[in-house]
Amino acid sequence: MIATKNITFSYGKEASFAFPDISCSDGDTMLITGGSGKGKTTLLHLLGGLLRPQAGEILVNNTDIGILSEKKLDHFRGKNIGLVLQQSYFIASLSVLENVELASWLASGKQRTEKAKLLLQHLDLENHVHKLPSQLSIGQQQRVSIARALINEPKVLLADEPTSSLDDENAFKVADLLDNLAKEYRSALVIVTHDSRLKQRFTNQITLS
Amino acid sequence: MITKLAWKNTWFKPLNTTLSIILLTASVAIITVLILLQKQFEEKFSSNADGIDLVLGAQGSPLQLILSSVYQVDAPTGNIDYQEAKKWMMNPFVKTAIPLAFGDNYHGFKIVGTTTGYMEKYAAKVVSGKAFDKDFEVVVGSEVAKKLNLKTGDKFFGSHGDAEEGEVHEEHAYHIVGVLSETGKVIDNLILSNIQSVWAMHDSHEHGEAEMHDHEGHDHNHEGHEHDHDHAEADHHHDAVVISEEGKEITAVLLKFRNKMGIVTWPRMIPQNTKMQAASPAIEINRLFTLFGVGLQALQYLAYGIMLISGISIFIALYNTLKERKYEFALLRVNGATRFQLLYLVVIESLILCVLGYLSGTIVGRVALLFISGSSEEEFKMTFNPFEFVWEKEGFLFLLTIFVGVLAAVIPAVKAYKLNISKTLANA
Repeated sequence: MIATKNITFSYGKEASFAFPDISCSDGDTMLITGGSGKGKTTLLHLLGGLLRPQAGEILVNNTDIGILSEKKLDHFRGKNIGLVLQQSYFIASLSVLENVELASWLASGKQRTEKAKLLLQHLDLENHVHKLPSQLSIGQQQRVSIARALINEPKVLLADEPTSSLDDENAFKVADLLDNLAKEYRSALVIVTHDSRLKQRFTNQITLS
Repeated sequence: MITKLAWKNTWFKPLNTTLSIILLTASVAIITVLILLQKQFEEKFSSNADGIDLVLGAQGSPLQLILSSVYQVDAPTGNIDYQEAKKWMMNPFVKTAIPLAFGDNYHGFKIVGTTTGYMEKYAAKVVSGKAFDKDFEVVVGSEVAKKLNLKTGDKFFGSHGDAEEGEVHEEHAYHIVGVLSETGKVIDNLILSNIQSVWAMHDSHEHGEAEMHDHEGHDHNHEGHEHDHDHAEADHHHDAVVISEEGKEITAVLLKFRNKMGIVTWPRMIPQNTKMQAASPAIEINRLFTLFGVGLQALQYLAYGIMLISGISIFIALYNTLKERKYEFALLRVNGATRFQLLYLVVIESLILCVLGYLSGTIVGRVALLFISGSSEEEFKMTFNPFEFVWEKEGFLFLLTIFVGVLAAVIPAVKAYKLNISKTLANA
């Protein structure tokens, strides 16, 4: 589960944000919406431990990630937080399977090949495991990045505009997939989006203003 | 895993990788060849000159005298009067004096008239047969025996001078009475006889001038000595002839001193009092190396220049890909990689190139030396061993290569280390 308390962040003097408290328990889904420049991505990066808040607490599984040392935070992030980004990035020189394996190795020091294969199979990618990521379609790449985010069974699954580059059919597919997988793996799912299709799909919403 | 990732990344850009490796290979290969050549060259030169303090010979270039009489690579400076040389050879300062008389060759291998002292000097033992004793008896060096397939009991005719195509001395056959052990020195490529044989050969050579234009047997081969058997037999009476030393000439004398004063004073004293000169192999070879050194140094600078360029090429390759790979790096961080692991990744990628470049350079350099050895053997009867390792210098070269790799990786690695993941991903 993930919860925040009074977090603030600012980029220099011009842009400073005070975010509303959020709380999302295991298996639940929360949607964070809001217009451009309202700090959606900033909040997501704060929740993911990519940025540190200026004040306030971010509790992931009761650990305040704002005060962890750099190295511990890297480790914690790898182990407990899964991130699905708007655009999928991969290690271009590694195959789909190796990309997923790498995520498990970085988090735990073990290459869980079998688990990675099962997960990819689960996401209908069993025929593509040995291809390079660049050989897949956008939708398939999106699913690979979901598999990579889930390989370590994170406590929190964060998704940044996961559907913005997808058509309606695929957008709902991905939304369902994330929702189901988060329940299956008992992860708290936080989606940041301005996609109105998702606003209809998920009820638990917070709007940044 | 990071190393595996680095390896995969290396081959994901095969052209960049190949370019960097080729450049490194070129520079490492050149330096390796230079290291091996220089070491083996100096070893060969100094081992052959061991125990020779001065060389007495005809006036002319002292370097030429040393090259011809000690290393058998150049033409002799001329001849000296044996009786005059003998006066100096008998000097109490002199410990040993080995006279040399060049005359003929057999298939390009020099036939040298000398004493058995020459064999002793190079520690060459007679492995089959016996040492030369009578006129026209010869012993052959191990390399000569191997190359020309000669053995004790064989007979052959020499060709005049040091050119293989020289006139053939048909009136006297040389008779092989012994084969020498392998020494790795010049003696392996020589055919040795006593000095009288050389004189006798050229005495009759002068008498028989008219016959010399007979082309039969000009390019005679191994079978050549068989059919001339009785001819050679008929010449046996020459063995008994005592040749007067009066007016006879030799080519050079290798001197070793008992009293080191001689080494210092004779090079000045001899040209003042005689028509001869005395040259020191140590000094002349030093001069030769200094001359060589300029060329070797230039090549060395060239090789280091190429290494610098390869370092720059690695740097550019890493730096350029950093831009497109910053998302990869951010992603690795998101997945739990530490800053240090990214730094390590970039450095390892550079080091992979360097190690590969070094290994292939070492191999290519040795293959090149193999070819050099082949051609130098044909021309100078000098071989080089490409399988020798000069650990000290090659180890230094390895460290230098690694250093170049680390240096090339510093800036890209620090950039990867300092990468702001949030900014990178937000601007995507």
